[in-house]
This record gives sequence, C-alpha cells and structure tokens, in this order.
Amino acid sequence: MGIKQWIDGWPVYRQLTGPDPLGRGTAAMSRRTEGLTARTEQADAVVRSVCPYCAVGCGQRVYVKDGAVTQIEGDPDSPISRGRLCPKGSASKQLVTNPDRLTRVRYRRPYGTEWEDLPLERAMEMIADRVLETRRATWEDSYEGRPVRRTMGIAGLGGATLDNEENYLMKKLYSAMGAVQIENQARI
Amino acid sequence: MAEAHPVGFQWVMEAKLRGATVVHVDPRYTRTSAQADLHVPIRTGTDIAFLGGLVNYVLTHQKDFREYVVAYTNAPMILREDFRDTDELDGLFSGFDPEGRAYSTETWAYATEGGGSGGEEGGRPGHRGHEQETARPEQHGMGGASTADRPLTDPTLRHPRCVYQVLKRHFARYTPELVAEVCGVPEELFERVAEAVTANSGRERTTAFCYAVGWTQHTVGVQYIRTAAILQSLLGNIGRPGGGIMALRGHASIQGSTDIPTLYNLLPGYLPMPDAHDHPDLAAYVEPDSQKAGWWGNMRAYTVSLLKAWWGEAATEDNDFCFDHLPKTTGDHGTYRTVLDQIAGKVKGYFVVGENPAVGSANGKLQRLGLANLDWLVVRDLVEIETASFWKDGPEIETGELRPEEIGTEVFLLPAASHTEKDGSFTNTQRLLQWRHKAVEPAGDARSELWFYYHLGRLLRERLAGSTDPRDRPLLDLTWDYPVSGERAEPDAAAVLREINGVGPDGALSTYAELRDDGSTACGCWIYCGVYAGERNRAAARTPRSEQDEVALDWGWAWPANRRILYNRASADPQGRPWSERKRYLWWDEERGRWTGRDVPDISVDKHPDYRPSEDARAQEALGGDAPFIMQNDGRAWLFAPEGTLDGPLPTHYEPTESPCGNALYGQRANPVLQTYRHPENPLNPADGAPGADRFPYVFTTYRLTEHHTAGGMSRTLPYLNELQPEFFCEVSPELAEERGLRHLEWATIVTARTAIEARVLVTRRMRPLKVRGRTLHQVGLPYHWGHGGLSPGDPANDLLAVVLDPNVHIQEAKAASCDIRPGRRPRGPALLDFVAEYRSGGEGGARPADRVHEGQSARGAEPPGPHEDGAPDGHRGNGHRPPAPSRPDRRGRKRDR
Amino acid sequence: MTADRTEQSASEAPMEWLSASLAGPLADPATDAGHPHPPERVGFFTDTSVCIGCKACEVACKEWNLVPPTRDEAPDLLGTSFDNTGELSANSWRHVAFVEQRVPAGTGGRPAEAVDLGMPQPPPAERDRAPEAAPGADGGAAEGVRWLMSSDVCKHCTHAACLDVCPTGALFRTEYGTVVVQEDICNGCGYCIPACPYGVIGKREDDGRAFKCTLCYDRLGSGLEPACATACPTDSIQFGPLEELRERANARLERLHEAGTAEARLYGADPGDGVGGAGAFFLLLDEPEVYGLPPDPVVTTRDLPDIWRHAALAAGVAAAAVAAAFLGRR
Repeated sequence: MGIKQWIDGWPVYRQLTGPDPLGRGTAAMSRRTEGLTARTEQADAVVRSVCPYCAVGCGQRVYVKDGAVTQIEGDPDSPISRGRLCPKGSASKQLVTNPDRLTRVRYRRPYGTEWEDLPLERAMEMIADRVLETRRATWEDSYEGRPVRRTMGIAGLGGATLDNEENYLMKKLYSAMGAVQIENQARI
Repeated sequence: MAEAHPVGFQWVMEAKLRGATVVHVDPRYTRTSAQADLHVPIRTGTDIAFLGGLVNYVLTHQKDFREYVVAYTNAPMILREDFRDTDELDGLFSGFDPEGRAYSTETWAYATEGGGSGGEEGGRPGHRGHEQETARPEQHGMGGASTADRPLTDPTLRHPRCVYQVLKRHFARYTPELVAEVCGVPEELFERVAEAVTANSGRERTTAFCYAVGWTQHTVGVQYIRTAAILQSLLGNIGRPGGGIMALRGHASIQGSTDIPTLYNLLPGYLPMPDAHDHPDLAAYVEPDSQKAGWWGNMRAYTVSLLKAWWGEAATEDNDFCFDHLPKTTGDHGTYRTVLDQIAGKVKGYFVVGENPAVGSANGKLQRLGLANLDWLVVRDLVEIETASFWKDGPEIETGELRPEEIGTEVFLLPAASHTEKDGSFTNTQRLLQWRHKAVEPAGDARSELWFYYHLGRLLRERLAGSTDPRDRPLLDLTWDYPVSGERAEPDAAAVLREINGVGPDGALSTYAELRDDGSTACGCWIYCGVYAGERNRAAARTPRSEQDEVALDWGWAWPANRRILYNRASADPQGRPWSERKRYLWWDEERGRWTGRDVPDISVDKHPDYRPSEDARAQEALGGDAPFIMQNDGRAWLFAPEGTLDGPLPTHYEPTESPCGNALYGQRANPVLQTYRHPENPLNPADGAPGADRFPYVFTTYRLTEHHTAGGMSRTLPYLNELQPEFFCEVSPELAEERGLRHLEWATIVTARTAIEARVLVTRRMRPLKVRGRTLHQVGLPYHWGHGGLSPGDPANDLLAVVLDPNVHIQEAKAASCDIRPGRRPRGPALLDFVAEYRSGGEGGARPADRVHEGQSARGAEPPGPHEDGAPDGHRGNGHRPPAPSRPDRRGRKRDR
Repeated sequence: MTADRTEQSASEAPMEWLSASLAGPLADPATDAGHPHPPERVGFFTDTSVCIGCKACEVACKEWNLVPPTRDEAPDLLGTSFDNTGELSANSWRHVAFVEQRVPAGTGGRPAEAVDLGMPQPPPAERDRAPEAAPGADGGAAEGVRWLMSSDVCKHCTHAACLDVCPTGALFRTEYGTVVVQEDICNGCGYCIPACPYGVIGKREDDGRAFKCTLCYDRLGSGLEPACATACPTDSIQFGPLEELRERANARLERLHEAGTAEARLYGADPGDGVGGAGAFFLLLDEPEVYGLPPDPVVTTRDLPDIWRHAALAAGVAAAAVAAAFLGRR
C-alpha cells in the first residue's frame, strides 16, 4: 500500500478533503463496507426446491457454497408463491442447518435408560433381522378361513413431508412384506 | 388461512383488492378474521347447521343456478319410495340397525326404470351395506352404483321424491333462527353471509370455499365437506374459475401421501386394498367397478398395471397378475386401532417416519402406552422427537405410570435427510407435483427415506434369497432394481417417478388412457400417469410465471393429466358454450371439433357436447358429452349420495360426541354410527343430559399458529420460530376468565376425562362467549404444537382428546370436545392421575370437583381422590354417564372380538 | 443541483448548511453525505392494512443477516397479544406489533374496500371510544374486535440522529440514502442508542456493539430487495425508490379513504416532519401511539446548530473577556 493510498484511506483525510465534511457518508465507509455484496452471489449453485412445511408448495431457491446451504429464498418464478415465504418457510435454512439435527444413529436397548451409539450399517442389519423375525412370528396365512397372507405384527406411520417416490417404495415394500397396518398423517 | 397458509393467503388479498368479499367463519377471531370483511364466530362442531342454513337459504329463495343444477347435478333423480329422511325418524335415515349401529344403504338408492324402486340394488356385488368398514369413496373411490338400470328422473324438479324436493324438505329446518340457536351466529349476521354468497354465485360470478383440516376432524367430518359440496353444486360453483371447495392441507406432500398412500385401506391411485372377504381374486376385486360408466370402468387396467409395476415378469395372466401377493385387510386397521393393538401386545414392530404421534395424535397417552409395549420401534426424523424419547422423559414417566427400566421397546432413532438433501417430488394441496432437486449431501448417517426403504428391501431380499416358502414370494418377486449412485448408493428418485408414471412397450406412458388390462403396461399410480410423458420429468417443469398465463400449465404437473381445475367441463353449458364471458374457461370449438380453453379439458378432448352413449358403451364412453363429473357413474355432482357414505345420504347436524348441548334438530344427539374404542384410557366426558356433564361445561378446540408446524418437530426445535411463540398457551374470553378466576399470563389447568394439562393464559376478546340454545357457551382455544421436548417444552393439547372417529374415514374429532378449565398449574407426578380420576368419577356427589387452586406445584399433596381406574376393564366404569348413543361398543368392537 | 447547494453551503454558510443537514426537508441525504452520483433513494413502505402478522419479515431478516435469537435466555411469553418479540433491538430488526381493540359489532375486519356489505361504519373517533359494552354473550351483537398488526423497522431517517452523534463513523449514510452501522467500526460507545427518537437501535449484550436494520445494504448492492420485503406474503412490506413508494402510499390512502376507512393515515411519509421524513414509512389504521410509535418524533440533533451558535457566541464573549482582562492588566 502506497503512502498516498494510505492517506486517502484515512477517514479524517477523506472527511476534510471530500464532499462529506461531517464524515457521515463516503468518508466513513470502511473497506469491509465497500466490499459488501449479497452472499448469494458467491454461491456455487442455486438449486430449485419446494418448501417442506405446509401444502401450499411455495417455490424455494437453495443457495449452496462449499457443500453447505448458505441461504434459502422464495422462488420469484413460482406462480404459486411469487417468491414469498411465511415465517416457517423463511426459517428453512435454520431447519436444514440446525446444529441440533441428528447426524448419528441413536439406539436404545430394551429396558435401557440411555441412548447408545450404533453404526448405521449395523442398525440396518438389525432392523432387517427384526422385520423378518417378527414377520415369521406373526404371519397369518388366513383369517376366518379366508386367505390374507399378511403380518399383523408390523405397523407403520408416515408423515406427510415424505416424497411421493418415498411413499411409493414404502407402500410397495410393506405390502410385499405383508404388512397392512400402514398409515399416514393423512388420516390424522 | 392467513394463520396456517400465509403465502396462499396472498391470493385472497389479491381477490379482495379486486373487490371480492372475504367471509371468515371460525370459533376464534384469527389473523384471517383480521383481514376478512366479515368474521362469523361459530360454536365449534356446528358447521353442518351453518352450511345447511345456507343450503336452505339458497333453496328457499330460489338462488340456485337452475340450468347447472338440472344438467349437472343429480337433483332430477327420483328416490325410492321407502327412503325415509331424518325428519321422519328423529335424526336417523332409513336402514338403521340399532343393534349393529350401522346403516344398510339400499333405501338410499335411486328408483330405476327396471325395478321401479330398485330393490335389487342392495344385493349387487361389492355393495357391502352394513358390513362395510370404510366409506366407499376411500374403499373403492368410485362414483356410484354399477347398475345397468337407468334411474328415473324429473327434469322439472317437481316430483316429490326427486332429489331436489327431498333436499328442500331435508334442509327446511335449517332456518336462520335455527342457525342462531345451534351455532350461536346471530340471524342478521348469518343473512349477511347468505346474501354475499348467493349474490356472488351464478352465471357471472363464483364463490370459493376454503377449509383447513378443521372441517375434517369431526365425527361428521365427511358430511361437513358434503354440505359444502351440495351448496357449491347448487350455486354452480364447481368446475368453474373462482369456484370450488379448496382443502388447504397442512403438510408439504399430504396430498401425495393420499394419492400414493401409506394408508391401510388404499393402494396407489385410490384403488382399494383388497379385502379378504370381498376380493378372493382379481376378478372379484375389479368386478364392481368394471360395469360402471365413467373412468372407474377401467378398474382392471389400473389394477393390472399396478401389479405389473410391482411384480414385473412374475405377474402373468395365469397367476392373476400376482393379485394374491397383496396382503388382505379384514376391517379397520387404522392408526388408532393399531395403537390399541400395540397396547394389547399384538403389534411387535413399528416404523414411525417423519411423524410425531406422541404429540400429534389424539389421546397421546394411548400413543405412548402403545410405543412402550412394542418389541422394536424405528423412528426416522431430523431431530429427537417425543415419539423417540417417550421412554426417557415422556409424561407417563413423570406420573410414574411407566419406568424406563420396565419398558422393553428397542428403539432405533435414525437421522433423516431434509428436503434440500434429496431429489423427489411433493404433491401440494392443488394436486400439483413439484420436483425438488438435491442441493447438498446429508450429514453423517442422515439418509433419505428412499435410501432407507430401498436398502431395507435389498437386505430383506438378500436374506430370503433361495427361500421356497410361498410367503416370501411377494418380496422375492418384487421389482426392486432401482439404479443407485454415489458412495452411499442413493437410489434414483426420477427412476421411481418413472415407474409411478408407468411404462408400456414404447417407454414412458403419456396418459392413463393408455393403460391396458392385459399386462402390456405397468404403472405404479394410474392418476400420476403422464408426469413422465415423453421421458421427461414434468414435475420439474419451471417455466417462470412471467412467461405463461396464470393457469401456469408449465409449472409442475397436476394430476390427472395436468388438469388444474377438476370437472372443468362444467365451466361451459351443456352445449359447450361458456356460461358467461366473464367466467370463460373451457369451451367446445365446433370448427376444430375439440374442447379448448385455458386448461387441459377434464373430458375426452374430442367428445362432442351432443355425444350420447349407446346401450353397450362402457367406462368413459358410457357418459354423454354433457356430463362433467366423469368419475361418477352418472356423470353428475351428487347433491344426494345414493352410496359412498356410511352415515347418511345427506348431511345432517349432529352434536359433537362431547357436546355440552343437546341436538336442537332431532332426538338423535350425535352421529349414530360414529366410531370409538372402549379402553380404560379412552373414557368419554359425559355429554349433555348425562349425569356429570356439568363437570365439563366448556368446549375446546385445537389449532395451529402461523409460527409453528403441526406436532412441533420442525418448529419447536428452531430458535427463530420458537421465540416467536415460545410457550404453550390457552386463549379464553374475558368473560370466561372472570367466571373461572383465570388471569392473563398466569396458569390454567384444562381437564378432560383423559388427562389434565396446563397452559399459560391469554385473555383476549378475540375469544367470545356465544349464546347457544338459551345459554352462554364458552370456548377455549388450544394450539397443539407442544410436547415434552424441543426448545419450549409444554403439555400436548392433543392429550386431552378422546379417540372418537368419523365412521367413513376414521379421522378423530379433534376440533370439538368438552372440558373444564381452572386456574393454577396441574398436579405433578402421580397426583395428576388422582386429579383426573376424581374428574372421571365425579368425586363426591358427582359434581365437578371442588375448585382447588393449584399454584405451582402445590397440588402435589391434593387430598386423595376417588378410586383410580387404572387397569379397569372399562373406562366408563364408575362414571355411569356414558353418552347414550355413541359410546356403545360399535360394530367394529364387536367384530374385533369375535 | 442539490450537490452544488450542499457544497457551496458547506463552505460559504456553514451554520445554515449544518441546520439544513441536520433537520428539515432535505431532498437527497445521500448527496448530503458525499455520495457524488447516488442511485435513487430507496426505502420501505409498510402498508399495515394488509399485514397478516405472520412474522415472516422477522425470520427472513434474521436468516439473511445472521441475527442471533432475540433474547439470550429462554424466550418468554409476553402476553402482548401474539407479539413475543416486544420491540426493535440489536437482535430484532423487524418487529410485528399486535393490537387488539374493541369496536362496535360488525366492524371487526379490516377496511372493506370495494364491496360495501352494508356494515355500519361509524367514524373512527366514535369507534375508538366504543363503550364498554356488555359481554358478548348475546351472540356477539354488542361489540366486535379489531386486530391490528404492523411490522416496525428502522426508519432510515432523512436526518438520522444516530448517525450524527456517532463519534467513530461506524454509522454512515449509504448511497441509497439508508443508514447503516458498520460492525467493523463500531466500538460500542452506545451514543446512538438514546439519540434515536424511535428506540430502534440497541446494543448486543454479549458483543457490546450496536446493531440495527441495514435495509440489507449488502443485498441492495447485488440488485436484491431486502430480505423482509422479499418474504412478505401479502406485500405489506414494499421496497423501492422512496418517491415511488410515497406515490403508491398516497394512492392507497386515497383508496382507503374513499372506501370509508377514514382512520387510515400515513406515518413518516412527510419530508417536513421532525426527522425530515422517514426512509421507512407506514400506512396506519390508528394513532401511531396505538402501535407503539412516537406520535411526533423529532431528530434529537435538530437543535445542535443552535447550540453550537450559542456556544460560539459564548466562546466569543469569553474570548473578549479574556482579552479585556489582558488589556485591563496592561
């Protein structure tokens, strides 16, 4: 930095020599201020999405920088929402970046009093074992003399923020398993 | 709407700016009321009386859109001579079986040319009368009788037994005076609404009704919607721009969850789950619908295509396309039934995925007792919700009813991926599928449900590989080879959507009209067929709104066939001309020989308005070119439902189960066929007239706040939302506060026979006492977002509710129940149980327990109460005050026991 | 032209220029602050008649500006209707006020605009003095309720006392005419806090520095609207060039008056008011005090030039006295 530059950058000098003698505008601006831009400009990607709260289906734009969500805004192109979001939709960045979110499997053994850690792969194996074991133990070939080919030992309850594709695989797998007590928030 | 769907409400504001009149009917004065031209405070649970009053107003003042009504509704249909209405039977319809507490519906049918009174209809296949467990629209979805006999009609609407005249007589009692008496809505206020609605309906204008699930959460919920449908059909407000009945649903893809259901009684596309008794094979399953006019006539094509999507090569003509691979239902397997079976030890394993029933479902204690009696529980969510932690710090741990050391449930809590961490589609409340693109990878062990279920299925199939047990065939034959990508082997959501869309010999199908019943097409959900037309994901269509008109056909994709307004054929007159220039939407272009307009026609595009079906025409070909309601057998909107409902062909006002009021209309107080479950932890408050009813003299209703979301898992956990509504509260009027000594910001305890909860008090004039049947009625407002976890622990309002259900769809009555409210905090620990037991039993003399103010924890040592009912076989024992009709063991209970 | 006036005034008639710069009408505060070719002055018009109190503005602001939760301790239920934010502060740059009022029956909603339902519409004064009617147990005929909501924000005053008293230059006037705290300059002296006639600016407890609405200065530079206005579902918060907003507001006011909503009024839109007109102004449906706004805010530095003039005179007198003393000793 040259001496001229240094002097020019000195607020008092700018104040005394520039058009802002009271130092309330240009003369007061810091380097940081002069360099400010919207962080959305630095995003690596802008991804089109849909708000996960109510069923209005507001469009969202998700701004991503270095593999992390840096901002979520309404999608102005959406004919439904015209770029607007309610407080919940506006909080969806906090929803997805919330440090309280679970990132590890939690396991509670029967009669346990604390959570324990469990590797995801192990949890999947254990759940698959439980399903087959329960299915074997509770299988009904018939009910009142009618074929039913089902288990009444396994039930499911799904929320209504799941994707159509997810619901589809769930219903397909549950049905193939023979589970019929499969329910959803849509009944509640 | 402003409260729960603020961004949707921008369009109401837009309409208001253009001169629309906004009327808000709600027990509370809410953020919606603040913007309405008219707020109508109503007693919760009385909407049928209110809407019925409007129907009566329309008929009395001849304000119906007569040409529309004659041409497009079943007003001209003539009913059987032996049909009896509620007027004659004191609140019951003909066909009621007092023993089974169920209706036999054959007298509700149309009179037909062949049989005069159509007596043979009751015996036709698939029409199961009183054995039916779930209403036909959900069980079969399906637009009416398959009879070949033509119904008798009277287009002049003068025949005394035609639907129009029956309707007129039925609703004649619903006068403004009655509305005032039942709903607490002053006559002049009601008449202002009636004038606004009728003045804004007809050829030139339309009126829309919007409701949130507040309408569905009643023991007469289906009939609420029916009443609105009757009113809107009479006014010509269906299938036309600016009309309709809009369900403002509350979750991002709750519509999708019904279309591609995880519901026990449905398969994708509203096909029924097969029933063990009625559907021994594919032919029996499709038969009742195959004879029908309308699109349900293609039932076999839809079903075979679904079976082909699931079981692929294994599904052949010879093996009934693997129809036997589907498990069969035998009655009610709804979520509340299942919870009781958990408590009874019948259910061992439970998957809870993105749902928080410990807070969100009625009678949370039943939910938690069920969770505590499982072998294993899998919970998948973004955060540790109450349903996962019930064993550690749930309300029953506090009361001592449960101890962690005694709960044998093995719990797997798995982190889920958020909406930004996976590809997939939501279906919004307008049936619009919108695709979300994945933005980032989920952290750590977090995974999508798509990943979880795909890999669970893979593991199950690997374990069963080589099995010769026939019960394993459905899993082994399953088409389960989705492409995966990335280190974590994430399944390709678009490939799943393509399977849902359906494929034929030439790739992705374009429309459900292409589905075949010979196994040459596979389709995972027939109503979604077309979302992947031309091998393009149309849910991801995002042409900016500035580049298309407001119908916005190229933004997302709406089922069916990208139609944005259902039944839009009704926007034109029978000859195919717009009813008016102002409401022009779809019309017949004679030159081009096709329907045209701003939307995708909801009728075969080249079906001439003058088309009349031949005798042997079937399915959609059997409907004329002037029949807009193409899913109905008769192509008409049903003012009178000859079938499809279990609790009556017409809506009629019944009191909520726990109403403190009698029924001003009939001797029959509550829905005679409502559904409830007897369980010691599901006792009912005595209702009007029963001994002890005065212990619960107030009415409460539950609702959402703008700042929170459902059971709180996605809002109580976020600092920015939590601080906006940081504590559970109840809303009461100054008059109620005065009557019960409640003080602003101090504590109140709200009590039902189920439990007692505490809430901070907000005294507000937005709550107001109503004058109902000559007495002053106070209502208490309770937002239901809180539970024992999150950033702001609070008691769950839903714990107050009994499990009492609409018989058609098994949805709980969450919006109207009785309670007591008193100042102070609730007792802690076991004292809470004693306190509630005293309320249940009526304490000394059966009156409301003497007021004791429980400040802070001081009630711990409250004096010993009456006998505690824990473990009693019948929750009503010791009460002696069951409401006369509804709480008798219903037919489901009996069926269950046999 | 304004710039010329400013520059000339500053050198030729310093006190007059200072007076105009600190109070009274001032067409272009950005030029006054030395921005040679500023863009149009921008601001907010908050039309409270269409506010639905959803608080999207509060959350969108916090998400964008990374503002911490309002209170360090667990938030508490305030009991002021549905408002649990309480006031504007270092951690709340938007604040939605909720006002519940008793009104005669049938006037419960917000103003009817195009459609007259034939509802009785008494003049506002009468409405405000609605008698303490009997409880509504008669079925609601006696009285109704009105619920007002209003999203408050920093006014970005034409004459901003916070800026004028800031000794470090942390507060400055942007080229858009808005007033922004530079967090890298602020030393937490706190002079700005009592200077604000609206009580907008506050200090963050754990941090010590002062914070307030920046009108999303960083977004403006990127051509974006402020976060609150972007989110607002009903367009109650409108962003744009101030002149255009004032025209829009006047048209809206006229329309409301025509529809019989005589109580509608603008607040902060008048360049002749005590702060020289606000960069964020409001359409209110009642007196400002009802919403917690000062009825007649005055820039606290208005009298500064006078004070200095008197000070200079006093100093002159003192100097003369000193000189006299010296002379006298001679």
